[in-house]
This record gives sequence, C-alpha cells and structure tokens, in this order.
Amino acid sequence: MAIDDAIRDPDGIDRRGFLKCMSWAGSAMIWTVAGGIPRSGLIGSAGAATAGFTFAQISDSHLGFNKPANPDVTFTLKSALDRVAAEKPAFLIHTGDITHLSKPAEFDTGAQLIGATKLTTHYVPGEHDILEDDGKSYLNRFGKGTKGQGWYSFDAQGVHFVGLVNVVDLKAGGMGNLGQEQLQWLERDLASKSASTPIVVFAHIPLWVVYAEWGWGTQDGARALTYLKRFGSVTVLNGHIHQVMQKVEGHVAFHTARSTAFPQPAPGTAPSPGPKLVPAGELQGLLGTARVSLVRNDAPLAIVDTPLAG
Amino acid sequence: MSGFVRPGGIARRAWLRACGGGLAAGLLPTGAVRAATGDGPAATVSIDNFTFAPASVTIRPGTTVTWTNHDDSPHLVVLPALNVRSQAMDTDQAFSHRFDAAGEFDYFCALHPYMKGRVIVKR
Repeated sequence: MAIDDAIRDPDGIDRRGFLKCMSWAGSAMIWTVAGGIPRSGLIGSAGAATAGFTFAQISDSHLGFNKPANPDVTFTLKSALDRVAAEKPAFLIHTGDITHLSKPAEFDTGAQLIGATKLTTHYVPGEHDILEDDGKSYLNRFGKGTKGQGWYSFDAQGVHFVGLVNVVDLKAGGMGNLGQEQLQWLERDLASKSASTPIVVFAHIPLWVVYAEWGWGTQDGARALTYLKRFGSVTVLNGHIHQVMQKVEGHVAFHTARSTAFPQPAPGTAPSPGPKLVPAGELQGLLGTARVSLVRNDAPLAIVDTPLAG
Repeated sequence: MSGFVRPGGIARRAWLRACGGGLAAGLLPTGAVRAATGDGPAATVSIDNFTFAPASVTIRPGTTVTWTNHDDSPHLVVLPALNVRSQAMDTDQAFSHRFDAAGEFDYFCALHPYMKGRVIVKR
C-alpha cells in the first residue's frame, strides 16, 4: 500500500508531509512509556511533546563499514543523531555494533558523534565491538562501571532498565549467548523489583528466536525471560538484524530496531544475511531510529520506528 | 616441468619452493593475517555468502590452509580445539594456519557462529 496521506498525526501534520521532511535524516527509535508500557512511533511524529517520559534507541551504526550497501555510515549515523537530539529524549540507548571492526578510529568516531548530542547514552556491545582485546576497547570507552562483559541496570522515571550482553563466548552453530554468570546476576537484579515495575531490557542480538538458521536469537534467552514473567510490563529492545520486527507474548513486547548503517534481508529471503544493497534513493527509508515514551496513563508505551527518510 | 630452467639458472620447481611462500604472502591484502605459514602443501577455503566452501577439507599434516573472505561482511575463523582465532577478515582478506598434528578440527565464524567448517588432518 502506498503511503496514505489520510493518516494524520494528532499534531495535524499529515504523514506524507512529515515523511517528505525526513529526506536524508538519521534513523533512531523513540520510545514513549505510557501506563508502564513502552510504545514506539515515527520519530518526529506524535508523542514527543506529550507528558511522559521519552527515550530513543539507535543501533548497528557499523562505523568503518564502507561497502556499496552504504559508503557513508558516518553520515547516516550523524543524521540519525541529529533527528534524535531534536526530539530531546531523556536519554539514548545504543543497542550495539557501534563499530564494524572494533578499530580505535571507529570507536573514536562513535564517541565523538554520539557525545556531540550531549545525551546520556547507555550502551551494550554488539559482536562487532568486541573483536579485539577481549572487548576491552569497548569496555574502556562505553562500558565503564558495568559488570562482567558490560551488563548493568539502572532506574529512570520508575522504569527499571537492564542492559544485557549476549555477544560474548559464542559457540559453533549457536546463537546469542548470555551465560551463567550474567543470568544469575539478572535473577538477583530483578528480585528486589515489584511486579508492577515496568521493565525495559535491551541487548544486541534478539532475545527471542527470530531466525535460528541465521543465528538470529539468543541460546539461553528463554531463561532470562522466565525471570521477567512475573512483571506486568516488559519491553525487550534489540538490534543486530537491521530491520524492524515486533511481537508480543503475554506481557512481553519484543522489538528490534533498524540499523543506522545498512539494511539486511528479511529472514530467509536471501542466501545469506549480508548487507542488502538497495537503490540509493531507498536506503534512507530502510535505516532508522526508535523513540520510546513513558506516559502515566492507561495507554500503552509508544514505540515509534523512524526511517531516515520515507 | 622439472627440466624447465629459468634464465637465472634456477630450476622452476626450486624457484617455486624458494619464493612461492613469500610470493603468496605478498599477494595477500594489507592487514591479512597468517598465523602459521611456510613452504609445503597448501589448501584453500573460500568464504562466500556466509558459507565456508568446501565445508570440509582433508589434508596431510604440515598443510597450510588459507581462508579467503569474498563477502561484504567480515568473518573470522575460530578453531576451539587449537585455541586459534583469526583476526576479523574484511572483504578479500585472508587467514592461514598450518596443521601439523593429525585430527579432526571443527571451526566456526565468531561473528556468525552458524557458519561452520571442518579440517581433517590425516597421515
């Protein structure tokens, strides 16, 4: 279906007009938490100005990637960050693969561009961020004060946030991996929280199995989810697969964000999950950001996925 | 062929033996990693579309296996039994390892663990 100009946001800006303004803008995800349930939506659309608590998610910047699928990942990250900063979210979450090859220059570019937004940013590593030095390059820059290989939790506006690392010690034939030590920490971390506390878990590789044939899932993710079962509102934010996928299971909403660098094919639609080459004019529509807002009412959390361009 | 003598007087086979290893190393793109190299038999594994091909190679002890990545994505070779881990190979980069002991060695890509292969070393 073509973009329907009959769809109007509450602020009166029609969708087509809005999308037109987004040419060559960055992609991030903005989340609004309402009634303890995060919802996503297009960045720049409804929700940004509503009372509540909003944070943004970006993912898979792959700084250093320079192949035809996107020869300028620095530019597209900067575009995403500009859009995010304009929304004035409470903070930013980066769900990993900041770099492509864990090189110092790639980390430096990331720290510089993201730092320029002045937004507090919470990171988790992707497998591309820990290729050197057992992940020390990542930890020294983005994982200070974290536990183990970079996991941690924090509270904001009554929501408990948990950043998990599922890219370490991957096994042949396997998928993402949390490991015993981290799972035990998670169980302890959640034990003191009441069941009515909204929980947002973020990690690089999807915690749920999106497509096992390409390793798109987490081997021991189900165990993490058993610790989350008793909570009334659980939102799981991931990256890794460079496309939006959503599913709701009971009280748990799963969501994957777009990449700010390049798209990947839908599961099983290509011989491999390698970078998807799209005509230049279409690339910006396949990169994106996410915004989440927490609004204290009965409406669900708002998650807005925003392509860099329509 | 063994009778072929280069203008310098060095037999072709001897020349290959003397220079082949260095020549091969010289052809590797900058940044390529060669964990263990040297003269002797060689085998190659190609990485295309997130697949090691051939998935299994059978070689004699002392053979050097070279993996070359032809994908737009970086890949690694991890041989857990030998505690060997390549650096990330970007497009057209290669990694070599010489297998001295007999045995069956499974390996995988640390970035994409569903990519698996095997090296069988037989006397």
